Amino acid sequence: MIVAPDELVASLESLRSDADLAFDFLSDLSATDWPDRVPRFWVAYQLYSFRHRHRLRVKAGLAEELPRIDSVTGLYPTADWLEREVFDFFGIVFDGHPDLRRIIMPDDWDGHPLRKDYALGGVGTHYRGAFILPVDERGM
Amino acid sequence: MPVERIPGVHTAKSAEQSEEEVRRGILTTTVARAVNWARKQSMWPVTFGLACCAIEMMSAGAGTYDLARWGMELFRASPRQSDLMIVAGRLSQKMAPVLRQIYDQMPEPKWVISMGVCASAGGMFTNYALVQGVDTIVPVDIYVPGCPPRPEMLMHGILKLHQKVRTSDVLKRRTPTSSPSGCAGASPTSRWPGARSP
Repeated sequence: MIVAPDELVASLESLRSDADLAFDFLSDLSATDWPDRVPRFWVAYQLYSFRHRHRLRVKAGLAEELPRIDSVTGLYPTADWLEREVFDFFGIVFDGHPDLRRIIMPDDWDGHPLRKDYALGGVGTHYRGAFILPVDERGM
Repeated sequence: MPVERIPGVHTAKSAEQSEEEVRRGILTTTVARAVNWARKQSMWPVTFGLACCAIEMMSAGAGTYDLARWGMELFRASPRQSDLMIVAGRLSQKMAPVLRQIYDQMPEPKWVISMGVCASAGGMFTNYALVQGVDTIVPVDIYVPGCPPRPEMLMHGILKLHQKVRTSDVLKRRTPTSSPSGCAGASPTSRWPGARSP
């Protein structure tokens, strides 16, 4: 199911509260990056209902320039760390998140590694302010 | 048992003369050689297994390969009691400050073995997550290649390190106390052309 980003929270809320749907569990939250598509970023919410044992995937497309979407931590507390991970790797901002920091990469890291335009290999080493070139550029 | 002689270091007497003195119960040596002999004969490695190389390192320490033959089966859980760090496995960017802190906590003299290709140069993980060679973080004495190296390979590296310890200067401090980057002994700007300091 694809929803508009500004309708996401309302959609999830109704999916959760409706007795016949009752999606009471957010089993995963992830994102994808399609550089040649519009919109470029897609956030995916994997829902599960313990009562009815059915699943649903909800997606929302986000623009390349300013990828932001409302946080669903108010509905599903488990989204806290999942949204931090998506923010860490894709740079997607979740409005209303209580503590939107990097979760896996170091706090002072530059860039978002799972974006398709992030360098694949040939990454230098940042350490205590110093920078060492990648292995194949050191010219030893 | 014949006396082991390292070319260029043991030059004073011939092997036959040395053995003759051993039979008479007399040993002559220098303080440097005696200290170095003691240092290399009972190295205590700090436990620093990071990935699959650690499995081979544990295997080298266990009964089949038996690192105890060189007095170094005792992997210490505290860096304060160690003088050798075997970096066994890939080092993630977030682990790098921890590795450096453990290295800094080890008392002098101390040595580092970079075990496996990941620790030595990043290996197949040429990506954002891993440090591309631990020699960008700490000074490395011996690089052991392999993915992962077999215990024999690690033992070969250890024996090479023993030779290095036996022939090294006793009083020379191996790690400078401070450097601009805080990366003492492995100053990136001096080691890697094109590196930027803070």
